[in-house]
Amino acid sequence: MSPAEENAIRQSARNGWLLSAPALIVLFLAASGPLLIVVWYSFLTANDTGGVIHKFSTDGWVGILFSYDIFEEKWVLADAHLTIFWRSVWLSLATTALTFAIGFPTAWFIATRPAKERALWLFLITIPFWTNLLIRTFAINEVIRNEGILNTALIWAGLIETPLRINYTETAVLIGMTYVYLPLMVLPLYATIERFDMRLLEAAYDLYASRWRTLRQVILPIVKPGIIAGSILVFVPSLGAYVTPRILGGGKNMMIGNFIELQFLQGRNWPLGAALSVTLLVIVMAALLVYVRVASRDRGTGHG
Amino acid sequence: MAEKGFQINRLPGFATIAVAAFVLLYLPIVTLVVYSFNASNSVAVWGGFSLHWYADAWANQAVKDATVRSLVIGVSAAFLSTVLATLAALGTTRRRAFRGQTFIYVIINQPLMVPEVVTAVALMIFFGIIKVATGYQGLGYLIAAHTAFCIPFAYLPIRARLESMDLTLETAAADLYATPWQTFRRVTLPNLAPGITAGAMLAFVISLDDVVITEFVKSGGQDTLPTYMLGQLRRAFTPEVNAISTMLLAVTVVLLTAFFLLTRKKD
Repeated sequence: MSPAEENAIRQSARNGWLLSAPALIVLFLAASGPLLIVVWYSFLTANDTGGVIHKFSTDGWVGILFSYDIFEEKWVLADAHLTIFWRSVWLSLATTALTFAIGFPTAWFIATRPAKERALWLFLITIPFWTNLLIRTFAINEVIRNEGILNTALIWAGLIETPLRINYTETAVLIGMTYVYLPLMVLPLYATIERFDMRLLEAAYDLYASRWRTLRQVILPIVKPGIIAGSILVFVPSLGAYVTPRILGGGKNMMIGNFIELQFLQGRNWPLGAALSVTLLVIVMAALLVYVRVASRDRGTGHG
Repeated sequence: MAEKGFQINRLPGFATIAVAAFVLLYLPIVTLVVYSFNASNSVAVWGGFSLHWYADAWANQAVKDATVRSLVIGVSAAFLSTVLATLAALGTTRRRAFRGQTFIYVIINQPLMVPEVVTAVALMIFFGIIKVATGYQGLGYLIAAHTAFCIPFAYLPIRARLESMDLTLETAAADLYATPWQTFRRVTLPNLAPGITAGAMLAFVISLDDVVITEFVKSGGQDTLPTYMLGQLRRAFTPEVNAISTMLLAVTVVLLTAFFLLTRKKD
């Protein structure tokens, strides 16, 4: 390579950095950088009136699993915290499973429409996707609450006499999260199903495979990358959900996101809140890392 | 060969579930919109058509202030993030891959990956320190936070547009003795314009919809429309919230339709 060429390449890289720099600086100041402060705060001492005292302590981290019993003067396992973690995990997994159960047939349906219609069906999925999460949560609340249209309709039809008390239960949070995150499952599933070679189905049926067997042994293995992408795209925001459990779950059915808020705004234990935030961040990053691994492996050995 | 009406790609029950999914997806939103026109005081009983919840919302000073604040933040954040994203897209496309490019992608897309509540907490602590140190309490913090998380949304359509443009036009311009600035101004920018507009619209929608980060970063009396609604939801449900939601919904749908028309592939 001639010196002139080398120079041009170096110049090009430098321009790339210079052009990206303003965005990187803003992102560092108002998004990424402050995350480091959270790590720092998780190792400080809580101030009872809010904020922190700048003295090293691991109480924030210990407080994730244990709480200090002032009468017994020792740390005991914090059942209330474990309940919240368990609820967050199982609700997120259940949301992922439910969105898949509904989202897979939906994505398949869209992908098998005539090409002209597909854009419209997809658009119908993307509108809720871009619509304010708060509005969608509020909308589902209108449907499931005690005087909501679901109960009104069921009572009118004579199926029940007293309204189903769905609101402020874990079921309400599950219904709400399934509702708001469904598009996140449908979109990546659609993207993989759209590339699926339908001639494989002909081959399967010609070889006397039943529909069920074709679904299980031909379709699902091939669209697996889409299933993983969709599952992670639903699981990650579910685990960090804040708005939906707050509105539909009420104070009793907190998830990790609400628990973190509680430490900062009412509970006044900032180091614990910071330690919880770092934990949530690490779990989410691990899930995303799995996703990147699978996505790149799929691209590497892709079929067609 | 095949049984009558056998369609190769049809799976039993799938169409039914799909249609049900679309109905369930839209039923709550439609309900919300319909009840915003409800004359009755209750959110459950239909008392005839009326616009009075819109009139109430319009007459409510808190709603007016929140609307203005949402618009100021949304327009500022959309403008700033689009400028920054355009520069970054120009820096990271149509050139030989360089060291650190992946790092730039990760930082730009970081707001899409970190749970919002974690970023919200981080910004609350960081901006809290700055608030104490400088005494400044204004909207600047919200604008900065919104600008940052809008960058990836503005960046994606701009980058997609740039990647579909090859460098031949720019080379031609340079051959005709255009200066780099002239080339950018007269060739690159006009071609890139649909991507930039699309990016700005997405950024605006995202800023307008944000609840969590705004809720944590705002100082007292800095409610935007979504945080105002969140506060209202904690008290009594009145159709006023439906009316505000419907208006926000209308803005989103109009901008999204425009976005799709702008980014639609020309056949």
